[in-house]
Amino acid sequence: MSNVFIAFQSNEDSRPIIEAILADNPHAVSVHSPGLIKIDAPDELCIKRATIEEIIGRRYDLQEIHVSLVTLSGYIDEDDDQFTLSWKH
Amino acid sequence: MDTRVSKKKLGLKDRYTAMTRGLHWDTTYQPMDKVFPYDTYEGIKIHDWDKWEDPFRLTMEAYWKYQGEKEKKLYAVIDAFAQNNGQLGISDARYVNALKLFIQGVTPLEYYAHRGFAHVGRQFTGAGARVAAQMQSVDELRHYQTETHAISHYNKYFNGMHHTSHWFDRVWYLSVPKSFFEDAYSSGPFEFLTAVSFSFEYVLTNLLFVPFMSGAAHNGDMSTVTFGFSAQSDESRHMTLGIECIKFMLEQDPDNLPIIQRWMDKWFWRGYRLLTLVAMMQDYMLPKRVMSWKEAWEMYAEGSGGALFKDLARYGIREPKGWKDACEGKDHISHQAWNTFYNYNAAAPFHTWVPDDEELAWLTEKYPETFDSLYRPRLQYLREQQAIGKRFYNNTLPMLCTTCQIPMCFTEPGDATKIAYRETEHLGDKYHFCSDHCKDIFAHEPEKYVQSWLPVHQIYQGNCFKPGTDPSQAGFDPLAAVMDYYEVKVGEDNFDFEGSQDQKNFNEWRGDDGLGEDE
Repeated sequence: MSNVFIAFQSNEDSRPIIEAILADNPHAVSVHSPGLIKIDAPDELCIKRATIEEIIGRRYDLQEIHVSLVTLSGYIDEDDDQFTLSWKH
Repeated sequence: MDTRVSKKKLGLKDRYTAMTRGLHWDTTYQPMDKVFPYDTYEGIKIHDWDKWEDPFRLTMEAYWKYQGEKEKKLYAVIDAFAQNNGQLGISDARYVNALKLFIQGVTPLEYYAHRGFAHVGRQFTGAGARVAAQMQSVDELRHYQTETHAISHYNKYFNGMHHTSHWFDRVWYLSVPKSFFEDAYSSGPFEFLTAVSFSFEYVLTNLLFVPFMSGAAHNGDMSTVTFGFSAQSDESRHMTLGIECIKFMLEQDPDNLPIIQRWMDKWFWRGYRLLTLVAMMQDYMLPKRVMSWKEAWEMYAEGSGGALFKDLARYGIREPKGWKDACEGKDHISHQAWNTFYNYNAAAPFHTWVPDDEELAWLTEKYPETFDSLYRPRLQYLREQQAIGKRFYNNTLPMLCTTCQIPMCFTEPGDATKIAYRETEHLGDKYHFCSDHCKDIFAHEPEKYVQSWLPVHQIYQGNCFKPGTDPSQAGFDPLAAVMDYYEVKVGEDNFDFEGSQDQKNFNEWRGDDGLGEDE
C-alpha cells in the first residue's frame, strides 16, 4: 500500500475543493505548510464535482482545479464528474 | 410547434479525442517514417501509438483558458509586490541569494526545456504525445518569462542578478545545470522524456518547487511563491506525461525494458546531482526554514518515488542504481555543497556565510547523526577565522567530475570523512568522476562526455580571459582576469554576505542597526 497525494495553493479557490476531498475521502489527511495544503491518502483519492458544487452553490468544471493545483502523485482517471488518483499495486 | 432539442455536448473523453487524435492524419505523399524520422533510432519499439493514454484530458481550448487565468492571478501579485516594495518585507537580505541561484541556474533550464519540448512535440509519430509535448513547450516558455519578470524586481535592489544569461554560459557552477540539460536535449526523443519528464519532473521536481516555494512564502517573498506554485501547477501535467511515456514504452515491447532501465539509472543520478544546489538552498539559504533537505527527500523521493518504483516493478523495472547512495546522501550533500561555495565564494556571484547559532542548532536538530560530528566543527572554525579577519577564500581551482561537472566535494558511500574519487582512461586520456554512477554514465557514452566543456579545464587552457589579456605579464592575477571575463563585479556580486553591499543597503532601507531584530 502506498499513499497518493494532491496539493493545492492555500487560497479561497481551493478551500471548497479541499473540503470536498476531505468529505468524500474519510481516509485522507491534510497537512498545511506556508502557502500550501497537501492531502495524502492511502491507495486512492477521489475529487467529485457534485460535492464541490454543493459547497459553492454553482456549477463547477472539474478542470478548474488546474488553476490552484500545485502537485500530485499516482495515476489519474478524469472525466466530467470525478478526478481520481490511484496506484495499481 | 417544434420542441427545441438541445444537442448534448460531448463528454470530456470524447471531446478530448476529437480535439487531439481527431486532428492527426497519416501522410500519403511521403511515408510516415520519413516525416517522423527521430523516434526509432534509439531502439525503442512502438507498435501501436493509439495505445498512448492522455491522463489529463485538457484540450487546447481549455488549456489557453486556464493558463490565462493563472497568468492574471500571477501578474496581479507580481504588480502588488513591486508597488508595495515587497523586497523590504522579506525575512533577511541573505534570503535573496537563493533567488540569485534560482535566476542564474534554474530559470535558464526552463528555456532549454521549452526548446526540448518544441523539438519532441514535432518529432513523435503519435498525436497524443505530440500534443502533450507542445503544451509543455508553451508552459516552459511561460515559466522562463514569469520567473524573469518576478525576479527582475529584485535585480533593481540587489547584486548578483544583472548578467545571468551571460553567466549561464560561462560561470563554473552554472555549467552543472547547463550540461545537464544539454545532455538531455541532445538525446533522442524517448530518452529526453525519460530524462526530463520522468526522472526530473516526476521523481525529483517536487523537491525543488514544493518545499522551497513554501520556504519562500515563509520568508515573506510573496512574488516568488506565486510564480513557483504557478509553474508547479503545470508541473502536474508534466509529471503525468513522464509516467505515461514510461508505461507506454514498457507496454509496447519487452525489448524496451533494458533501454528504459538504463536511462532511469542515468537520469535519476544526473537529476539527483543537479539538485545538490537545491539541497543547499533549503538548508542554508532560507533564513526562516520550513523543512530540511533530508525531510523533503524522505517525503518526496523516498515516499512518492518509492511508491512509483513499487508500481513499476510489475514491468520488471527496479529502483535506479544510484538510489541507495542518494538516500545515504540526504544526510550530507547540503553541508558539503555549502562548504564548497563558502570556499570558492570569491569566484561566485552570490553571497555565502556561516549560519548563526540558532541556525546551527536547527541543523543539529535536523541532522542528529551527522551535523555535530562532521559539519558543525568546520563551520565554527571558519567563523572563528572570520572573526579575527581571516575569512577563508580558496584561490585554487577544484577538480571537476567529467559527468556532473560538480567539484569533487562528495564523500565515499559509507565513509563521510573521505572524498570520493573515481577515474577512467579513454583513448589515452584520463577522466575523473565524483562517484561510481557518474563514471558508469561516462563509460556508456564516452564519445558524448569527452566533449564536456569543463570550466576549470577551460580556465587552465586560457579560454576564460577577455581578448587581449596577457597571462605572461608580471603580476598577472588569473582569478581577477576570469572575473573580468565573467563580468562579475568584484566586491559587489561575490564574497561573504557579512560586509556586503546587499547587507548594508538592506539594513539602511529597513532602518536596522544590522544586529538582527528590527524595532
